[in-house]
Amino acid sequence: MKVTRYTGVAIALHWLIGLMILVSLGVGLYMADLSLSPTKLRLYSWHKWAGVTIFSLVLIRCVWRITHPAPSLPEAMPQWQRVVAESTHYALYALMIVIPLSGWLMSSAKGFQTVYFGVLPIPDLLDKNKELGETLTQVHSYLNYLMIAIIGAHIGAALKHHFIDKDDILRRMLPSRQKSIS
Amino acid sequence: MTNVTRIFLASTLVIAANSAQAIEYSAVQLDKSTITFTSKQMGVPVQGRFPKFTARVAFDPAKPAAAKVDLIIDLAAIDAGSKDADDEVVGKQWFNVKAFPTASFTSSIVKAVGAGRYEVTGPLSIKGKANPVTAKFGFKTDGNNGVFDGDFTLKRIDFAIGEGPWADLSTVANEVQVNFHVVAAAAATAPTPKAK
Repeated sequence: MKVTRYTGVAIALHWLIGLMILVSLGVGLYMADLSLSPTKLRLYSWHKWAGVTIFSLVLIRCVWRITHPAPSLPEAMPQWQRVVAESTHYALYALMIVIPLSGWLMSSAKGFQTVYFGVLPIPDLLDKNKELGETLTQVHSYLNYLMIAIIGAHIGAALKHHFIDKDDILRRMLPSRQKSIS
Repeated sequence: MTNVTRIFLASTLVIAANSAQAIEYSAVQLDKSTITFTSKQMGVPVQGRFPKFTARVAFDPAKPAAAKVDLIIDLAAIDAGSKDADDEVVGKQWFNVKAFPTASFTSSIVKAVGAGRYEVTGPLSIKGKANPVTAKFGFKTDGNNGVFDGDFTLKRIDFAIGEGPWADLSTVANEVQVNFHVVAAAAATAPTPKAK
């Protein structure tokens, strides 16, 4: 039978990762300009731990997505919208992988190893290098600005589909009490 | 005194001096020596170093008990791992370098604890507080140089390094590991008898 809804696992991963990304973005934007304090050190660590968690969840999500096809787009959708929707999703997946990696590399280059939850050291791929650290900081922040723009488009499109086109694009990603038809 | 007696006495002295004269490593080479430290921030080890210091070492591996070490560190030059941290740690809550520009260490006891292994104990003064510390170190020769490699762990709260909000040990741990690598050239202890 035709797939009309995302699986429960896909839905759970989508909203969990989405929420974690929004919180991490907010914390990231806020913490960068703080003057050094124990709070800043805590926020940086939490942000990094969140990044490692998001990265791991995204890997699981990619495997799930490859093995569990997404429901197809509504037939009424014009071709250009399909292309845009697809590219947006690929871009989001790419950014969800590249952004945590850039954060980890930037942290290493700045001489701060990432230690997951303060107990599991993640190896440094790069040695401490001030200039590279600054470049990677720029890379990390610009990738995030791009991410914010694409998330904006993603949310905007979902709402447009739901309220204007009145199709099932948003509903099929929402948890449902009904048993999903697969 | 006859000439013969004089020559005899002089030679005896030279022989005595030579037999007692072990090599002492005392000419510290600051450009080859380093003092580094590792603090832990949220479980993350962060390296730093004290690039400016002066050291006086008198060490004869054959007579460790007679060894003497004096160390003065210029705290304002600290490299605490990042620009933010460098600016922060010179401030009042940390080292307060305006009031206490230097840290110093003077050895009171040096003893051998194994083959090529020694232990030095003495008061370490930072920020107006003196606490005894004991550092283990290894000694080896490298050509004409003596190389000392050692470490000790200090508890920063004992020296009030990090006060106010920084006294919270869950963000910056109390234990700070200090490593030193000191290279000193050999210098003769007894005056070398002049030939002719």
